[in-house]
Amino acid sequence: MTQRTELTATQIAAGVRSGSLKAADVLDRHLARIADRESEIHAFNLVLVDQARAGAAAIDDAVAAGHEVGPLAGVPVALKDNMCTRGIPTTCSSKILEGWRPPYDATVVTRLAAAGAIVIGKTNLDEFAMGSSTENSAFGPTLNPHDTTRVAGGSSGGSAAAVAAGFAPTSLGSDTGGSIRQPAALCGVVGVKPTYGYVSRYGLVAFASSLDQIGPFTNTVEDAALMLDVIGGHDAMDSTSIPDPQPSLREAIRHGVDGLRVGRITDLPSGADPDVVARLEAAFDALRDAGAEIVDVQVPAFGYGLTAYYLIAPAEASSNLARYDGVRYGMRVDSPDTNAMYGATRAAGFGEEVQRRIMLGTYALSAGYYDAYYGKALKVRRMIADDFDRAYQQADVLITPTAPSVAFHVGDKGDDPLAMYLCDVYTIPTNLAGHPGMSVPFGTGESNLPVGIQVLAGTLNEPTMFRAAAALERAVS
Amino acid sequence: MTVEVTPLYIAPPATGNEILIDGYELVVGLEVHVELATATKLFSASANRFGDDPNTNIDPVTLGLPGALPVLNRQAVELAMRIGAALNCTIQPCTFHRKNYFYPDMPKAYQISQYDQPLNIDGFLPLPGGKKIGIERAHLEEDTGKSTHFGGTGGRIHGSTYSLIDFNRAGVPLVEIVSRPDIRTAEEAREYVSELRAILLAVGASDAKMEEGSMRCDANVSVHKPGTPYGTRCEIKNVNSIRSLGKAIEYEARRQIDLIESGESVRQETRHWDENDGRTHTLRVKEDADDYRYFLEPDLVPLAPSAEWIQAVRDALPVLPDARRALLSEATGAPADGEAAMVVVERGQDAYVLAIAAAGGDAARALIYVKEAFAEEGSQDRVPAADVAALTKLETSGAVTATQAKTILAEIVANGGGDAAAIATAKGFEAMDTSVLETMIDQVIADNAAAWTKYCSGEDKAMGALVGAAMKASKGQADGKQVTALLQARRIPR
Amino acid sequence: MSNRITREDVVHVARLARLDLSPEAIERTTAQLAGMLEHFEDIDALQLDDVQPMTQPYPLRNVFREDVVRVGLDRDEVLAAAPSAEDGRFRVPPILGLDS
Repeated sequence: MTQRTELTATQIAAGVRSGSLKAADVLDRHLARIADRESEIHAFNLVLVDQARAGAAAIDDAVAAGHEVGPLAGVPVALKDNMCTRGIPTTCSSKILEGWRPPYDATVVTRLAAAGAIVIGKTNLDEFAMGSSTENSAFGPTLNPHDTTRVAGGSSGGSAAAVAAGFAPTSLGSDTGGSIRQPAALCGVVGVKPTYGYVSRYGLVAFASSLDQIGPFTNTVEDAALMLDVIGGHDAMDSTSIPDPQPSLREAIRHGVDGLRVGRITDLPSGADPDVVARLEAAFDALRDAGAEIVDVQVPAFGYGLTAYYLIAPAEASSNLARYDGVRYGMRVDSPDTNAMYGATRAAGFGEEVQRRIMLGTYALSAGYYDAYYGKALKVRRMIADDFDRAYQQADVLITPTAPSVAFHVGDKGDDPLAMYLCDVYTIPTNLAGHPGMSVPFGTGESNLPVGIQVLAGTLNEPTMFRAAAALERAVS
Repeated sequence: MTVEVTPLYIAPPATGNEILIDGYELVVGLEVHVELATATKLFSASANRFGDDPNTNIDPVTLGLPGALPVLNRQAVELAMRIGAALNCTIQPCTFHRKNYFYPDMPKAYQISQYDQPLNIDGFLPLPGGKKIGIERAHLEEDTGKSTHFGGTGGRIHGSTYSLIDFNRAGVPLVEIVSRPDIRTAEEAREYVSELRAILLAVGASDAKMEEGSMRCDANVSVHKPGTPYGTRCEIKNVNSIRSLGKAIEYEARRQIDLIESGESVRQETRHWDENDGRTHTLRVKEDADDYRYFLEPDLVPLAPSAEWIQAVRDALPVLPDARRALLSEATGAPADGEAAMVVVERGQDAYVLAIAAAGGDAARALIYVKEAFAEEGSQDRVPAADVAALTKLETSGAVTATQAKTILAEIVANGGGDAAAIATAKGFEAMDTSVLETMIDQVIADNAAAWTKYCSGEDKAMGALVGAAMKASKGQADGKQVTALLQARRIPR
Repeated sequence: MSNRITREDVVHVARLARLDLSPEAIERTTAQLAGMLEHFEDIDALQLDDVQPMTQPYPLRNVFREDVVRVGLDRDEVLAAAPSAEDGRFRVPPILGLDS
């Protein structure tokens, strides 16, 4: 069983701000759990013991001196190791970036620091966030705290496992096709992918630029709201950052779901395990009991998301990852000339899945194939977004399973890339549309393992999405 | 950049006015890259400054660090729009694309450029003689860093053992101005580039220094017989001055004609102009493998300048060199496409010439003075126009000679102004009394009898020695023209 | 998209992507990409002629920064992280066989 941190992020921040809790003590309790179980789980690429201790002491000093401290004062946060931290190794779990210390901080890192959060470590991921199990890490897989023979999900498996194992009350992940929501479901924690543009991508190492979003993992819906209120909002360093101010999500979850229209996607692709389907039915019941109205909607293009995604994301990735050329930073394989150096460095530095996606994406963009693959995928993307928009005229939120199954065993999907890709069948369409989505733990399925329910909403309708998620959370607590 | 969607250009029918080389017509299109005069780079806040220590103007965006994101520089757009407006282009909503290729001075392994929706399209540039050269597009893109090659001979890439990369230039905003293939002679190509340069300077878009690389020119050259389709073109790179542009085009035309005449065909390729041997050399053959995998840059959003912004740019355009030369020609009587008007407008000193005229000076003399004596940049700002006006009057009234006026002008320029009449007096530059001069001429004839005899016997060359002696005798105060006239009057033809 | 990807396609793409794939990796990749592309043929059934491509999820336009210089990165810090540097610059082996 997991060892949940006994206090939520909201409680820790309140306690530290009021002086009733010491940030240093909070940190020590989390470091103790890391010492206890990290060796079997491998959530982290790096634990920042000294830096975190110094940060916690500074917060305690500030409180003692009567200074104002931020809304995350003393809250330990684990960062997915694809977010730049100044002077601290940022590897993307890739050999090609091993040892690289960014000379700058990602915007989310700056905002967390300003809010008083304590960065406790950098978490493991599928290399460059490409994967659904965190088995594609160059530094070994992250295992599921509920059953260490199983995967934590991915690609933000380290961040999900860190919260599930009580190593930190909160963490940040990135979600390109489900990389926050799917591991959240498999690890039994809350995970949110906000609307594209809600959280700045500046300093997030790009996988697929038009799909990537940063979001939180937490134990409660309220904590997720707290985190998004801190890291969200306009950033002039990201041209795709939404300029309009967003309403407080902590405020939004005070409202119930009475009268809320919850959509059931009648043409949702099949394939979810029966235990997962049973939990989805229970979720509809719970929301109906809480006063929501269940309506049937159709999203006909939903099932084409996988194809569109696996053409668009690799295409963008093939360009985003071209910069790892051995010239300015990271790994280099010495070679007699620069062109040979490129080929040798990239073949040695990238893992197999990353190379496969670079190949796929390069092919999809190449002369003679652009229209048949990438160009067509962009049109399917539009169809999916339009279908969702129509559905959101009939329903305020939609709910689906987050993943087709509970956590699977390590190595189960090793040889078949497509089988792994299918793990994201329910999460991918949301990224294509740019809409928000979140996974909420909703009981257990096979082998007593957690099942996540995915709540989806239209562009910038996070407040309503959080209300529905909070109602599901209340139903199982 | 050449966008492959351009339809095949069919040559218009022959008009009989073609300038032919051995029966072939030359067809040239130019791609000119200009660095914009912004304070910062196209997509980041690091400095756009030439000549700094290597890698001192760098930031995460410039170096293509993981996680860095581009944000468009408003001023770069403003300057690019000025170029579009000055070149009579349509300024339109546009997008940015990634052009993917590997090169060590290209930090992200893609260049952010504009592809099928550029900012400025369909303009023209009138040459001083009146011919209009079509502008296909003028789009925004980022510059690359700079590679320096070591271990070979003469800094050449061939035979080098390693290269060093400086990223100061990476990300500097560029506008690439692509002409239509409307240029027919090397001279037109030179005129096009120097006129374009004058326009860029006038609108403040770029310092356009070819020698510093802030203006770079590639030429697409082909030859064909009039009335037949255009020939296969070669792209000529590494042309570093307007003079070498003309030489490179002439060489390349000759090379292509010789190939065709000897029964061979021109191969589509990129060629490198070598200033030392005055030839072009194959750089690389155009391959099918050129595959830049252009796609819309997802880290940037579309650019759609408002109608108000576009209008404001058009309204704020200064009077362009073309119109300024016409104005200067009207005021001075000098030809609009003559050297003096061209040079003075290019230096931005035409307003100064007009100010001298407005201060009562002689406009024609003022044009010559400014062209000759104000070559130093900004020198006009230090000299009051009235002082120069006074000197033109002194000269045109005959009070001082042209030679003396030149001496006085040099002093006025050096001192940042001065009273021409007072300087003339101080130097003893008084126009000589004609009777004094006549006496002096008689003495010169007497002293140089041999030269005088030769002159009188029809050896006009002997005049030089006589004038020289007269000038010497007058200590430079005599007017050379007047001396010549007096000598001529005294000659008794035999 | 019915033309099956060939070994030659994969070799060409690997060259474009600057990945030195072993002969075994070429074979494996050819088979895997062919399998994926076959699966991706599902979208061929869609009528897409009148559909506009969607490249970005959120419709923004005209996002600018002002032309003001900000302090950049420290050269020594950056070059210290480079695989090879010399004389204030990044060092690379001879540049051959590259299109510029």
